[in-house]
Amino acid sequence: MSAPAAAGFDVGRIRRDFPILSERAYGRPLVYLDNAATAQKPRAVIDALVRFYTTENANVHRGVHLLSERATAAYENARATVQRFLNAASVREIVFTRGTTESINLVAQTWGRANVGAGDEILISALEHHSNIVPWQMLAEEKRAHLRVAPIDDRGEVILEEYEKLLGPRTRMVALAHVSNALGTVNPVGRMIEMAHRHGAVTVIDGAQAAPHMKSDMRALDCDFFAFSGHKLFGPTGIGVLYGKERLLEAMPPWQGGGDMIRSVTFEKTLYNDLPYKFEAGTPHIAGAVGLGVAIDYVSGVGLDEIAAYERELLAYATERLSRIAGLRIVGTARQKAAVVSFTLEGVHPHDIATILDRRGIAIRAGHHCAQPVMERYGLAATGRASFAFYNTKEEIDALAEGIEAVKEVFR
Amino acid sequence: MSSDLNELYQQVIVDHAKRPRNFRVLAQANRTVDGYNPLCGDKVTIYVRVEDAVVRDISFQGSGCAISTASASLLTEALKGKTLEDAEALFESFHQLVTGLEPSHEAPGLGKLAAFSGVCDYPTRVKCATLAWHTLHAALKGEGEKASTE
Repeated sequence: MSAPAAAGFDVGRIRRDFPILSERAYGRPLVYLDNAATAQKPRAVIDALVRFYTTENANVHRGVHLLSERATAAYENARATVQRFLNAASVREIVFTRGTTESINLVAQTWGRANVGAGDEILISALEHHSNIVPWQMLAEEKRAHLRVAPIDDRGEVILEEYEKLLGPRTRMVALAHVSNALGTVNPVGRMIEMAHRHGAVTVIDGAQAAPHMKSDMRALDCDFFAFSGHKLFGPTGIGVLYGKERLLEAMPPWQGGGDMIRSVTFEKTLYNDLPYKFEAGTPHIAGAVGLGVAIDYVSGVGLDEIAAYERELLAYATERLSRIAGLRIVGTARQKAAVVSFTLEGVHPHDIATILDRRGIAIRAGHHCAQPVMERYGLAATGRASFAFYNTKEEIDALAEGIEAVKEVFR
Repeated sequence: MSSDLNELYQQVIVDHAKRPRNFRVLAQANRTVDGYNPLCGDKVTIYVRVEDAVVRDISFQGSGCAISTASASLLTEALKGKTLEDAEALFESFHQLVTGLEPSHEAPGLGKLAAFSGVCDYPTRVKCATLAWHTLHAALKGEGEKASTE
């Protein structure tokens, strides 16, 4: 694993850590700008998966044999790495899941079902990804509770006065994205959590788009639950994390039943395991957790502050470069933004933009970004979205801008 | 523009995407069906007036990418005056063309629709090209009021 030189951000060196970045697409250098969908993996993560399956693979928490001990140690070390990464108080607060979506569903189906009743309210924002809307709708429908939505302004910022007005004595849960996947807006979640807590609500933060780009400090944020996915953090797919405050996790009923989540089982009565195992029924994605631990080590080696600073530069450059293109409109102009640029091009549908860019080796996302209410807010069916990671370069942004000019040529 | 993109975005497609023909509500329609591609949000409504098993008039409305808009536009041009039997045959030929099952030179009956021959090299765009056709198919078969590519 390599870290950048202390002075300056050595993006060339970082790029060499990601084997896929030297791939070619249609004979051109790959320009991967779909990092909000999933991020590429450094060699350290790929090697860790191979190493795990080559020398450590066994089931965890069961065998007394050597390999099971190795696998258990590797799995639990990964949990400790996540705990440090999130600055959580204890490893008991770190539950491995399949990803952000599963983490949010876990909270909805356990804390939610146990604590939300008829007439209660669940508050979300208008920026949410479908994965932070639908689980709450399902819960609200089942419990005859109400889903409330804090509106956003034209910049794509949640209107805090409106948000505060929607908090009330019936607000049981508040679920918010730290960073919007569709627009890049960074919500002031620290303040929003504090406001929610003043009304006695429990807070769930969707950290999927935040974890790869900025520090996520549980004790500073003081959120009750926090969810993120490994694959957007340069780790494997199929592994994610739910952080929850210990006293809440302790009081929650289990979600899925099965092996590993129990202490003892008889046909009369089952005693559940301690945290966090109570929420990890069945054989977990052991290699995935190990890979995630290595990904976190890699990111920490580069430095989240350095990453954030470099990505700010990329965002400023991309915003300036794309704004110069006649007919291009950037959707989402929040004052605090992650390195995501959503845009439309006059007279050209985003899918046509994406197809033409693709043939130039440039990967962007086109569509509603699993955030249809956000698109609706702007009266759009879809946008194009370029989302950056710390291995992207200004040259790639130039290639994107030139590609968009070429799109305009096709439809001239 | 690279040559394979020229294959996809042929002049006739770009032209129909920018200036779709028969893009209106058809007040006299006796068959109207909405089509929707949930993957990308493309929407199309096809209006048809069928009399004596002949497509007397046809129009569409909707929003979508260049491929889906041009496909709907060219469909309305191709289908006007056709018998239901011919329409069905054209649907089959078009489907084979865009899925690569039949090269365009072996489908002389497609006329301008042959412009979609490049679509088969873009698997993710096949549904864009076929949305209007699936919708039409549902309209002519009288299958409910919603057609979907899924």
